[in-house]
Amino acid sequence: MKLFEMTNVIKKYGSRTVLNVPQLQLGQDLIYAILGPNGAGKTTLLRLLNLLTAPDSGQLKFMGVDTAASEATRLAMSRQMCMVFQKPYMFRTSVYNNVAYGLKLRKTGAREIRKRVMEALDFVGMASFAARHAFKLSGGETQRVALARALALRPRVLLLDEPTANLDPASVQAIERIIRNSRDQYGTSVIMVTHNLFQAKRIADQTILLFDGQVVEQQATNVFFTAPKDERTRRFLDGTMVY
Amino acid sequence: METLSSFWLIQKAEMLEIVRLSLAVSGSATILGSLVGVPLGAWMGMSDFTGKKLLLRLIYTLMALPPVLAGLVVYLLLSRSGPLGAWELLFTPPAMVAAQFLLVTPIVTGLSAAAIAAKERLIYDNARSLGANRRQAMWAVVRESRTGIISGVMTGFGRAFAEVGAVMLVGGNIRHQTRVLTTAIVMETRQGNFELAVALGVILLVLSFLVSSVVLLNADEFTAT
Repeated sequence: MKLFEMTNVIKKYGSRTVLNVPQLQLGQDLIYAILGPNGAGKTTLLRLLNLLTAPDSGQLKFMGVDTAASEATRLAMSRQMCMVFQKPYMFRTSVYNNVAYGLKLRKTGAREIRKRVMEALDFVGMASFAARHAFKLSGGETQRVALARALALRPRVLLLDEPTANLDPASVQAIERIIRNSRDQYGTSVIMVTHNLFQAKRIADQTILLFDGQVVEQQATNVFFTAPKDERTRRFLDGTMVY
Repeated sequence: METLSSFWLIQKAEMLEIVRLSLAVSGSATILGSLVGVPLGAWMGMSDFTGKKLLLRLIYTLMALPPVLAGLVVYLLLSRSGPLGAWELLFTPPAMVAAQFLLVTPIVTGLSAAAIAAKERLIYDNARSLGANRRQAMWAVVRESRTGIISGVMTGFGRAFAEVGAVMLVGGNIRHQTRVLTTAIVMETRQGNFELAVALGVILLVLSFLVSSVVLLNADEFTAT
């Protein structure tokens, strides 16, 4: 069963069409990288997948079920995924409470919350930061806590919006390791928007190029980078695409 | 200083009475204004509706409402020939609370709306993505905007506690009944007791400082950033 299936999805902001996807299928247990210039519709695509917004027309299915459903059904679906934003918002409390937030919403028992929070923090190498105020973290630490906050929920799919933008190389390396481990250990599917071609090459199983709200190409990453089919992909990769 | 110390010794009870009434009137107006202003500000900060900009402009205008005008409105409502004249509230503390309520509510509303709107989308989306339903996400927005909301409430209290025009008009500065710190300052100044007027002003500032300190006692978020 496909993780996500999009059919004839159109999303507009005002009169401007920001996404127009006739067909897109995303499978389970894979890491996807979504590439594209600014304004290509990458973040809009993530927001649609996370059910933070709905298509203006067309159909989006999650695990075979149409997402155009009741509020309760959409909530149940969205609780199987989690998005980490480019600049994640940390709640005005401790790191521990930040990571526990989603579990409390799901009415998880206190003992299980403690176990899952510490496990998630340990997973991202931030266990010793549990008691620290979340506002006192560096950019890289914030991003790792945001990942822990998502992974503590054991989501079926993790949606990442430029998770390593503006981070130092050590933090980038740490976060890429976390992304790979979350797929390998928990079977979490990852859909990641990135501007970093090397990052896509390093960790993605499949790579997608979005341009002007449309999917230009979707390929296995090695094929995408070595033998792209679309002329626009070739120009994007060699830096000659003018947009 | 002689005037001040003799006043303090002789009229200590009256001074405490003035302080108590000042705190009670401005405190009540702030609480009532916040009960209306915070939810209204939260709704305005999180909603998008036709006429929102106009309503915001109206609220920002009312934030600068002259106290004497607020007092006049309440005076006209409560005067014997006014629509609420039968309640016989003019020149009583409830009338003073009503006048200050008119001053506090727009301030709390406007500043709460601004505090919430500043990061509303970011907080809402993060909470939703972590599994919050609409109501839980909206509560997260309000909770996370509490620094700005508390600032708005404190600004509202400061406005009420320091104003004189409204309470003078609807309270009348009646001894043992409606005299508060600001009206007492005006009276002492008019009588040429400048030393005492300044001392009352200092008391007003110290009380304002103490109230702020108590409110912010556990608000670690003011120092966390």
